[in-house]
Amino acid sequence: MLKSLLCGTALLAVTAGAAHAQVTNNVVKIGVMNDRSGIYADLAGEGSAIAARMAAEEFGNKVAGAPIEIVVADHQNKADIAANTAREWVDAQNVDVVADVPNSAAALAVQGITKEKKRIFLMSGPGSTDLTGKACSPYGFQWTYDNYAMAAGTARALVEQGKKNWFIVTADYAFGHSLEDETTKMVKQLGGKVAGTVRHPLGTSDFSSFLLQAQASKADVIGLANAGGDTTNAVKQASEFGITQSGQSLAGLLLFISDVNALGLQAAQGLMLTTGFYHDMNDETRAWSKKFMEKNGGKAPTMVQAGVYSAVRHYLKAVEAVGSDDADKVAAKMRETPVNDMFAKDGKIGPNGRMFHDMYLAQVKTPAESKAAWDYYKIVKTIPAQQAYLDPAQSGCSLVK
Amino acid sequence: MAAKSQVNLSQGNPSQATIAVRQPGQDNTTRLILVGLGLAAAVAAPFVLYPVFVMKVLCFALFACAFNLLIGFAGLLSFGHAAFFGGAAYITAHAAKVWGLSPEISILLGTVFAGLLGLAFGALAIRRQGIYFAMITLALSQMVFFMALQLKFTGGEDGIQGVPRGHLFGVFDLNDPLAMYYFVLAVFLVGFALIWRTVHSPFGQVLKAIRENEPRAISLGYRTERYKLLAFVLSASLAGLAGGTKSLVFQLASLTDVTWQMSGEVVLMTLLGGMGTLFGPVVGAGIVVTLESYLAGTNLPVPVVIGAIFVVCVLVFRRGIVGELQALMARHRKS
Repeated sequence: MLKSLLCGTALLAVTAGAAHAQVTNNVVKIGVMNDRSGIYADLAGEGSAIAARMAAEEFGNKVAGAPIEIVVADHQNKADIAANTAREWVDAQNVDVVADVPNSAAALAVQGITKEKKRIFLMSGPGSTDLTGKACSPYGFQWTYDNYAMAAGTARALVEQGKKNWFIVTADYAFGHSLEDETTKMVKQLGGKVAGTVRHPLGTSDFSSFLLQAQASKADVIGLANAGGDTTNAVKQASEFGITQSGQSLAGLLLFISDVNALGLQAAQGLMLTTGFYHDMNDETRAWSKKFMEKNGGKAPTMVQAGVYSAVRHYLKAVEAVGSDDADKVAAKMRETPVNDMFAKDGKIGPNGRMFHDMYLAQVKTPAESKAAWDYYKIVKTIPAQQAYLDPAQSGCSLVK
Repeated sequence: MAAKSQVNLSQGNPSQATIAVRQPGQDNTTRLILVGLGLAAAVAAPFVLYPVFVMKVLCFALFACAFNLLIGFAGLLSFGHAAFFGGAAYITAHAAKVWGLSPEISILLGTVFAGLLGLAFGALAIRRQGIYFAMITLALSQMVFFMALQLKFTGGEDGIQGVPRGHLFGVFDLNDPLAMYYFVLAVFLVGFALIWRTVHSPFGQVLKAIRENEPRAISLGYRTERYKLLAFVLSASLAGLAGGTKSLVFQLASLTDVTWQMSGEVVLMTLLGGMGTLFGPVVGAGIVVTLESYLAGTNLPVPVVIGAIFVVCVLVFRRGIVGELQALMARHRKS
């Protein structure tokens, strides 16, 4: 009796040991890196870390017999700090997976390092299509959105609604130009036209001359091909000019719920935008978001934060399924499993690392329509995954055969 | 009493001042011992600390030393040094990545570019003094920032990524962290030695004279404009050397290095460590980079912490950390 019990325990110890041996250092370490003190702190920041912790808690903070540990870092929007941190994480701290990383320069730097060192990289924050294009990696997954989906998605949805005449206000640098190009292409492809474009310097505080030109063009839609402070300034001034009230639509080509919150509904009402997630879509998103908001000081999750949750959860599921944290095996498993959670329904990962999921065209509510805090969006239309993103074959990614 | 009168005398006469400094033999030996210890620590550092981190400290230390050459010894406050640092980073990264040049040639190109840029900036800026000088350098460096944002080869906000480190002189593989570290250490030591030599040369003495009293230096027959221009070009080139090296360390060049915040950061490093002291900028750079790296993993907001330290430093020890230490030692010696 005693003997068999001993044998049993020994066997258990051996098998447990074997299971542990599959996970290097006997811990699955997730590094959430983003801006925690600057312009992206509300968009990603601590909220992304909370989202990652929520994903880990669903697994009881344990996967494939090993504990899950989450570390965070503030890259301060500097690519060199991002690169330094990512290298140190991998070399000295045995971090298995890096998550989030808004700011495309920082993300491209981390992509290079995770590719070289064979670690999974779950991008929720960055929007550059290069990350799944010419800088793609077999270990890099772009989860939540990209600049193409935001610009082309909004353009397609609005043109299909009959708003065919566009005017684009562009931030005069590579990022703004690419948003403008994608939008113009999409509008023209669907039989619309771009009545005019105007370029403003990055970080300008006075949009009046650009907005007056846009207003005079009599276009149906004024597209804002800029981001962050430029967009919020432009929206505020457009509301002072009464542009949306006079019947023209204002479309933000890269806008997040944290921006809308900063603007306030008075200025932002009527704005059209594309989003990958909204907390008030269905029971599942509401339940998750409620839990999230309790931990995040009452602030609703942005799509970037919800994306971190979804990506980390999918990663952990893959680790559980293969019983190992080997990057090649986990990446293969992640690709072959559809993504099904509160964030995405039947999401699929393309050969270039793009996670294909439905996007949503939203319109910002008026102050009268908004019933509660963070009750900001009306979902106007679902943009199916296949339309929302670039075809991998055209992405320029060398992994696509 | 006699010693005191000698000190007073030496302040009036530069040639006696150097003699007075050299006289106490034990001071020289302690200095040698300190330098030796510092070198030993630098050689051993990559075995204790994370090499990439130490390399970053060295790059910023050289950058701050170059800046200090201008403000600490010539009294010129440039608010546009990011243009040289970041500009050289872009040129070096482009040369190494697109043209496929070897690392030493790439860094050299970056340095020469920064030097030429410094010549252009300096020729315009030294015509004015004080706040106007600072504003002209700031305006010119903002032009460089917008060029970096707009030009095709810089990659806009993505920057130049995946720069190959290559083989130094075609022999040493710089992808090996230790090889890269000793290369960066060598670059830093060469740059630092150049600054040390400059400061202790007759040229450096003239710069100090200009800093203290420019009309007097002119009346002594020095063409101060030329001295200031040369100091500016030298400082810009060394800043470029630091920037170019950094782009190979991190294998990227990004907008961070050309923003005006970077110009501010180098002022911060220099003031924190001690303006006008040789080792001050090294200490200042070490502190700022360490805070940036190690606070990154905590819940403290990094810019706020660094800002608070700066405020404390300005209020409590105006001479900076090394400056205060030196003053303390001088007081101790006198008593």
